[in-house]
Amino acid sequence: MAGLSLNLVLLQLFAGLALGAIYVLFAIGLSLIFGMLTVVNFAHGAFYMVGAYVGVYVLMLGGNFWVCLIVVPLAVGLLGLAVERVLIRPLYGRGIDYPLLLTFGLSYVMVELVRIAFGKTGFPFDTPEVLQGAVNIGVGYFPLYRLFVIGATAAVLLALWLFLEKTSFGLIIRAGARDPQIVRVLGVDVARVWLIVFGIGTAIAGFAGLLAAPLQGVIPEMGSTILAEAFVVTVVGGMGSIGGAVLAGLLVGVVVSMTSLFAPEMGKVSIFALMAVVLIVRPQGFFGRAGLMS
Amino acid sequence: MNEMTQPYRLAEAAPVSWFQFATRHRASIASLVVLVFPLVMPFTALAVNILIYGLYALGFNLVYGYLGLLSFGHAALFGTGAYLCGIAIVHFALPWYAAIPIGILGGLLMAALIGVLAIRTRGIYFAMVTMALSQCVYYLFYQAVDWTGGENGLRGINVRVVDILGVKLDFINPLTRYYVIAAFVIAAFFVLSRILASPFGAVIEAVRENETRAKASGYDVTVTRLLTFILSGGFCGLAGALQALHLSIVPIEILHYDTSGIVVMIALLGGMGTFFGPMVGAAAFLLLENLVSVWTVHWQLIVGAIFMICVLFFPAGIWGTLISRGKR
Repeated sequence: MAGLSLNLVLLQLFAGLALGAIYVLFAIGLSLIFGMLTVVNFAHGAFYMVGAYVGVYVLMLGGNFWVCLIVVPLAVGLLGLAVERVLIRPLYGRGIDYPLLLTFGLSYVMVELVRIAFGKTGFPFDTPEVLQGAVNIGVGYFPLYRLFVIGATAAVLLALWLFLEKTSFGLIIRAGARDPQIVRVLGVDVARVWLIVFGIGTAIAGFAGLLAAPLQGVIPEMGSTILAEAFVVTVVGGMGSIGGAVLAGLLVGVVVSMTSLFAPEMGKVSIFALMAVVLIVRPQGFFGRAGLMS
Repeated sequence: MNEMTQPYRLAEAAPVSWFQFATRHRASIASLVVLVFPLVMPFTALAVNILIYGLYALGFNLVYGYLGLLSFGHAALFGTGAYLCGIAIVHFALPWYAAIPIGILGGLLMAALIGVLAIRTRGIYFAMVTMALSQCVYYLFYQAVDWTGGENGLRGINVRVVDILGVKLDFINPLTRYYVIAAFVIAAFFVLSRILASPFGAVIEAVRENETRAKASGYDVTVTRLLTFILSGGFCGLAGALQALHLSIVPIEILHYDTSGIVVMIALLGGMGTFFGPMVGAAAFLLLENLVSVWTVHWQLIVGAIFMICVLFFPAGIWGTLISRGKR
């Protein structure tokens, strides 16, 4: 343990926050969609993967990373809108399992379509030039791109918070999450709200996929791994709670990162151990409402 | 003269419909079908796959169809059965008849471990927790290279001769192999049928139909769920053990998320909560996969699309739709 300085631990902590930022973005979309539509989106990983591939495509066409940051959420969000409107809407009121099963089938279709369009092997994704290199953050040199990921996540969270708390549409969304029936009685077109929430959730997933691309590379299967880990995040944070998703996402990122420092091969297993502990101590998660579970 | 004054007539004994007959003799009928099955299949290897995946789906269906809990982690039960059976043969040089019960035991134990945690959550959480835990099992087996072979899979499960009470059967011969495996599947049919016909089987379905009422009737819902999940693990463990003997290798992909997904597709395609559904689903799914993969490498696209169509338009599945016709 002599080689482990405090600075190294702190640096690893920051690396964990960057990893956690991706989890946060992924889990927020998942939680937002579940909180409103009570749909567990098993295709969320596929939307994440499509986000990364749209980024690859924009770069192929000669665009740069900053164009990707705009185009990717829009494109993936539009895809999400179409999916909700055409495939998920007919299943409302037919039991909570059906939308889940449908999105599960959809994820196979999306992954295979991407394989047809872009091949099975995947792509490396270069870190944009401006964000290459490292900066001194006081405890040591930290990759600039990871700082950017943390910053971009914070910006998305802030924008989402302002949208939900300060706009009238956000008010409708919050009301709809609490009691869709009353909101409908008050004359709000709940179906349209659900459509837009699904679009926002998938757009954020696509954005997360783009941010993760320079860190992990781009392969068609990148979505299924993070899906299982994001489920851990939502179970730990409490399903349907955005605050829970943020806290648990960062916590899971830090736990993976810290475990990797001491026992590299146990990095991935540790988060499932975390979930097991939470399930035993507090089955509804940090911020979960007990009622949402049934 | 009104109806009240007419003497009450007993309804004539209704003729037993084919559906009632099939339900009463479900295990025997399924066994007969399994016995003649390879004669109508294009090649025996496919028939063996259908048997094993059908048994796997049978175990899954106990939890999803009869108990009403959607699990996305059954690969862990199937895979643990396969790995423990394989490890018993490769590392401990145990004979096949000892390795198979070890596989079943592995499925039971893994189901108990996962079940204890997952049963603490309900509803939609269950799918997520089981999926996450099975992913954890995948990583653990992946890391334990000395025991499992890690990424390369567990190799060297060579069972060439299966001897039963002095009779030596050639396990390399596809048809003999089929009937050896079929013997276990048939035994599983009778065990499952017995479980479902027992009072405990009625409690399982009561919990699915109305949890509150089952609780009010004095049944322990949590224990029922856990026991059913563990029983399901036994069937899936057996299926995994047979898969290990059949493939003579246990690939790490057996624990992958896709293996959990396939059984969900098979059960839904066949008809969940029906006795014959899983076998019908396995046959339909694997035949479809074989047909489509002759034509294109992108069979997942077709299979995924067909699954979505099923969810949207035929949620009762093939056998479930037939039953609802037959009941009319």
